[in-house]
Amino acid sequence: MVTTSAPSVRSRRAAGVRTTRRSGRGVYWAYLVPGALLFLAVIVVPFFMNLYLSFTKWPGLGTPRWIGIDNYTRLLADETFWLSFRNSISMIVAMVVVPTLLGMLLAAVLFDYLGKRFNGNVASALRATYYLPQILPVAVAGILWGWILNPQTGALNVFLRQIGLDSLALNWLGDTTTAMPTVMLVMIWVQVGYPVVIFMAALQRVDPELYEAAELDGAGWFARFKAITLPQIKPETFVVTLTCTIAALKVFGPIYVLTKGGPENTTNVPSYFSYQNFFPKSQVGYGAAIATVLTIIVVVVSIVFIRAQSASERKEGI
Amino acid sequence: MATNSAVLPGAGAGGISSTGGASPSATTPRRGTRFQRGPLRWAILALALLVAFAMMIPFVIMLLNAFKSPADYAANGPVSLPSSLYFDGLVNFWTRVNFPEKLVNSIWISGAVAIGATLVSLLNAYALGIGRIRGRMWIVGAFLLANMLPQEALIYPLYYLAKQVGLYNNQWSVIIIFTVIQSAFGTYLLSSVLSTFPPSVLEAAALDGASKWQVLWRVVFPISRPTLSVLVIFFFIWTWNEFFIPLVMLIDNATQTIPVALASLQGDRMMDAPTINAGSLISLLPAVIFFFIFQRTLTRGITAGAVK
Repeated sequence: MVTTSAPSVRSRRAAGVRTTRRSGRGVYWAYLVPGALLFLAVIVVPFFMNLYLSFTKWPGLGTPRWIGIDNYTRLLADETFWLSFRNSISMIVAMVVVPTLLGMLLAAVLFDYLGKRFNGNVASALRATYYLPQILPVAVAGILWGWILNPQTGALNVFLRQIGLDSLALNWLGDTTTAMPTVMLVMIWVQVGYPVVIFMAALQRVDPELYEAAELDGAGWFARFKAITLPQIKPETFVVTLTCTIAALKVFGPIYVLTKGGPENTTNVPSYFSYQNFFPKSQVGYGAAIATVLTIIVVVVSIVFIRAQSASERKEGI
Repeated sequence: MATNSAVLPGAGAGGISSTGGASPSATTPRRGTRFQRGPLRWAILALALLVAFAMMIPFVIMLLNAFKSPADYAANGPVSLPSSLYFDGLVNFWTRVNFPEKLVNSIWISGAVAIGATLVSLLNAYALGIGRIRGRMWIVGAFLLANMLPQEALIYPLYYLAKQVGLYNNQWSVIIIFTVIQSAFGTYLLSSVLSTFPPSVLEAAALDGASKWQVLWRVVFPISRPTLSVLVIFFFIWTWNEFFIPLVMLIDNATQTIPVALASLQGDRMMDAPTINAGSLISLLPAVIFFFIFQRTLTRGITAGAVK
């Protein structure tokens, strides 16, 4: 066990006050053993098995047959594959872009405007309301929405017919033109509370004197929002957009319960597409290839995000 | 805040609305008087309430229709109050999915994961954050990466391996998998919290002759308890809401969690409006109750973590 740390390494360790415990550093490895074994069994081994399977043809029974990169070349020619990734972009709009912008606006209004003009409970109650969809199991939310949007018996269409708007009573989730916009609206509803809560917490961090000084200088609400709020809550904005983008790329549950990827794959997304190949179609190798591509995209997006964040932090000299 | 009164005139001139601060009825007397009390604030409040109302519509629809008979629904539609309370939907759902069994399954799986993942996170973070073992940046990075992986990239091998070791359709498979997935995040978070643990406390304990094991349980554990309780709550809720892996792993009715059982009833002809709505209602109640019970702990724990 390598416990003697070279001076160069030691100097890089942040606090230089740990000299007294240097002797026993090796013992700490033992505490990592259970976690590492579990990690190996549940993450590392399955991950590489999946990678291997993506180069094979395997119906889930018998021995996988090595076919090289055939699955990947097949992917490139598969229209459903491209469609599913285009749908990911719609998911990013519905789960990242709109909720972040809307959440920022709502948080600023709640914290900066209503919070100061009404009793503080008003803002907290509104925040809790916006957040409510976030705490339900997404499958439950999907079932509820699936029923509301059911073309024959759902609450929306029954209501529309009741008030004489029969022509508006569309097959929301079953029609190729309306399915994706409808799913996107549901996802905005699910997602918007998360940025509101994070941004409101972020705003509490901002020094009120900044606002007061700006107000003295005659800056209006929007000018203050642009000059103070936005730059101050940048770290949280990064966290929200990164976590939501990853969630949007990985979205599965809502698609499964709302549309099963249909109609005609118009709402299919990569994770659901790989699930379809793994289980209903038993094309395990092909499903593994889709999952691998999705993994690469998620990792690349995360690295780009984190790079961009540290670059912008460096630029500001923080 | 005390200085606000001094800047009142200037603020009034440069403020948001031109509808002066004349209204004498102050709803929040302890706040400064620099803010306008004109109609604009009511308009903004109305807008915010409208958004809140729009968010609540699905819940309102659900409540209105959970206890309404199918005949009443056919006659009066979804937005009317039920003419009489109808409990058959709830009873129907309760018995069809055997709700108590699903509730116990969900509580058992989520509870076991919450405790297990927090324990694993603590052990990992003890080595990484306090032990500062070599290569810890890489190890923490690996955990963080694992947290970002799409579950689809692991699911087939996990499914296959679970079958090989006889854990397929067994709740232990889900518990073990989520213990690892959640602890990947917990390790990342807790390592950074523990890396700022006051060294003087550890040194004092070491001088008193405490072993590393004793330091962990008698010093580190009690002091980081607020953060740990936040992790327990997060892990519980996250696992409770999980769908994909339980869907694949738990095919038998007797082992399923609430979300999976509810989803498996979808498209069933027996699922009429009250059954779906009452089913959704009792399926989301545990999550909502849990959230409200622990809301305080969460906020307190988060601030405690932030101060450290």
